[in-house]
Amino acid sequence: MKPSVFPFVLTGLLAATTLTATTLSATSAHAEKTRFEFWYGLTGDLSDRVQEACSKFNQSQGDFEVVCTSQNAYDATLQNTIAAYRAKKQPAITQIYDAGTLDLMLSKAFVPAKTLMADNGYKIDWDNYFSGIANYYATASGELNSFPFNSSTAMFYYNVDAFQKAGIDFKPDTWEQVEEAARKLKAAGYDCPMGMNFDTWATMEQFSAIHNQPIATQANGYKGLDAEVVFNKTRFVDQVKFLKRLADEKLVVIKTKQLGMDVVPAFTSQTCQMIQTSIADHGTIGRTLPQGVKWEVAMLPVWNGTERQNSLVGGASLWVMAGLPQAQYKGAAAFLAYLGTPEMAQWWSTVTGYIPVTKTGFDAMKANGFYDKAPYKGRELAIASLTYTPTSENTRGIRLGGFTQIRKEVGTALEAIFMQNADVQTALDQAAERSNAVLRRFEKTYSGQTLN
Amino acid sequence: MDKRAVFRSWWLPTAFALPQLALIVLFFYWPAVAVVRWAFTLEPPFGGSAEFVGLANFREVFADPLYWNSVLVSLTFALAGTLSTIFIGLVLALAVDRQLPGSGAVRFLYILPYAIAGPAAGLAFRFILSPERGLMASVNSVFPDFWNPARYGSHALILVIVVFAWKWAGYTFIFLLAGLQSVPTSLTEAAAMDGSGPIRRAIDIQIPLLAPTLFFLSVVMMTEGFVGADTYGIVARTTDGGPNHGTDVMVYRIVEEAFRGLNYSGASAQSIVLIGLIMIFTFIQFRFIERRVHYK
Repeated sequence: MKPSVFPFVLTGLLAATTLTATTLSATSAHAEKTRFEFWYGLTGDLSDRVQEACSKFNQSQGDFEVVCTSQNAYDATLQNTIAAYRAKKQPAITQIYDAGTLDLMLSKAFVPAKTLMADNGYKIDWDNYFSGIANYYATASGELNSFPFNSSTAMFYYNVDAFQKAGIDFKPDTWEQVEEAARKLKAAGYDCPMGMNFDTWATMEQFSAIHNQPIATQANGYKGLDAEVVFNKTRFVDQVKFLKRLADEKLVVIKTKQLGMDVVPAFTSQTCQMIQTSIADHGTIGRTLPQGVKWEVAMLPVWNGTERQNSLVGGASLWVMAGLPQAQYKGAAAFLAYLGTPEMAQWWSTVTGYIPVTKTGFDAMKANGFYDKAPYKGRELAIASLTYTPTSENTRGIRLGGFTQIRKEVGTALEAIFMQNADVQTALDQAAERSNAVLRRFEKTYSGQTLN
Repeated sequence: MDKRAVFRSWWLPTAFALPQLALIVLFFYWPAVAVVRWAFTLEPPFGGSAEFVGLANFREVFADPLYWNSVLVSLTFALAGTLSTIFIGLVLALAVDRQLPGSGAVRFLYILPYAIAGPAAGLAFRFILSPERGLMASVNSVFPDFWNPARYGSHALILVIVVFAWKWAGYTFIFLLAGLQSVPTSLTEAAAMDGSGPIRRAIDIQIPLLAPTLFFLSVVMMTEGFVGADTYGIVARTTDGGPNHGTDVMVYRIVEEAFRGLNYSGASAQSIVLIGLIMIFTFIQFRFIERRVHYK
């Protein structure tokens, strides 16, 4: 009579029971073809692109058939993969987002990428992956466990028309210049010089990486599960204070979906003139802004006098799950090798806006003149940002358990600071304390396991 | 003595009940047992060694000040949600029950919101009541922050209660209208002849006679407010539990912790506490309020 969330929560928690309903019988009608499953988290237009890639693969050969299913969100894909694995109905390949990498790595539920390809007779040049991308997903010793797939990084977007009207004759390369530009935009009558939301990915993670600041001890978690967050003691604190000062002067304006408009629509409706967001939004921004509006994408600003470091990769990688019949692994290896061909890499980056993950893929696109003209011009800067320097301990990636929760803690702290005038240091200290509790529980859950 | 038809054998009625029993065991008791197991252990999400940790998960939950915050938020939400849905449903039912011209069409319209899924309603209201772009934007431009659920926890809580009431008032309306139609018309007509107006008739005759329905609705709506799928859906689509935990209701916290944080053990412990709380509230309602309800 009353629909209660409980049955869902309860059945969800009992992972094993939920997935019995998933129907895909292993016995195929076409006995000659081996079928295997691929689960992914992309939706909408991007999901159609994945489906297209799958049918391209199915048409390219006659031995295997990949069945691709969208799970509608990154976190749902991880959740469903866990439930399926516990029920022994796991897909052969699953797409796991950056923040879920450590959960998979410690799960013992996967076949390492290198092993899979070697066992099935594929020779992969693992050094072909951009190290900034591969390192995020590799073990501390540099072995890739999963295949980098859809990759992005955070960029800085600004409205060139507004800059010209406000008489700004420089590019916002440093935060000093961002402040100066914001003042001029404000003086020229723009209500929202720079838009900002409480997503930590650009504001905390990317800022820390390009300024070579740690987020956690133990090389951001790569060296051990006993890492502790330190973001409340780095230049990130100064950055939040800086942004808060600008927000108080109405030079930075908060734009969230709760207020009515997030940063990307705020930029494309020309409400805000500067924002930080993913390179994956490059296509959307180009399509949504009215014809003739001049805008530009740049690497994230750094503080004057700081040596810029490479930024972090975002997105997801493909994991091959353990415990399946050998024939399916042959198919999975063939599929992953197919996705890795330069032609497919180029096709994927062209239709989606994600950056190519391999050097040969990038070079092929550059040679074709892909990046020379609109609407793709500017996307090469994402690669430049990712490969700006060799990775350091602080820019390799973030390998922390429960990182989704840690992001949420920091996001809440930013909300308290910017919406409710909480003290910057106190709020970040609290977020750090709560994040460390998350890390300690994670460590206890995996007690006895070590990172390799 | 009523004349009763009874089954002669025991197996036939059992067989009839079996499908329902199987469903209950499969979808409620079995998961509930699993939740109890999770709550006392610490186990990696993908499986592996489940380590028995005793009451550690519960201690962790109780030691967290944000947990108590979410209990308080949930209580406020459930109480305010229950009172507002029943009040609105009652006023609408009393009005429609007067059978004025057009009440048939209005009755249909009042029930309609109940057919809309909570998350969808939440999404719509996020736009309608957004402080910078919604209905209140013009008021906000004159009086800054007059309505700002992204800044004030209290406003955000009002927002989610409004969405909840908007949707569930249609539900209480159905029951209350049905209840009103069983109130003998002779009573209200007699009162009308004595010269009492519609409001007086409602307070003195109709509402007291609706007591069983009102009691039933108060139990159902309290439970719905605490653990309803809609409660989660509305909060997730409008405020995400914010600002700064201002609308962090217990179900939202549990789902977030379990499925986004992959902290199954902590979420299970919280689920058990929540089940306990609902049992206590339902007990209080039956023990102290139901006594004052007269069914005949």
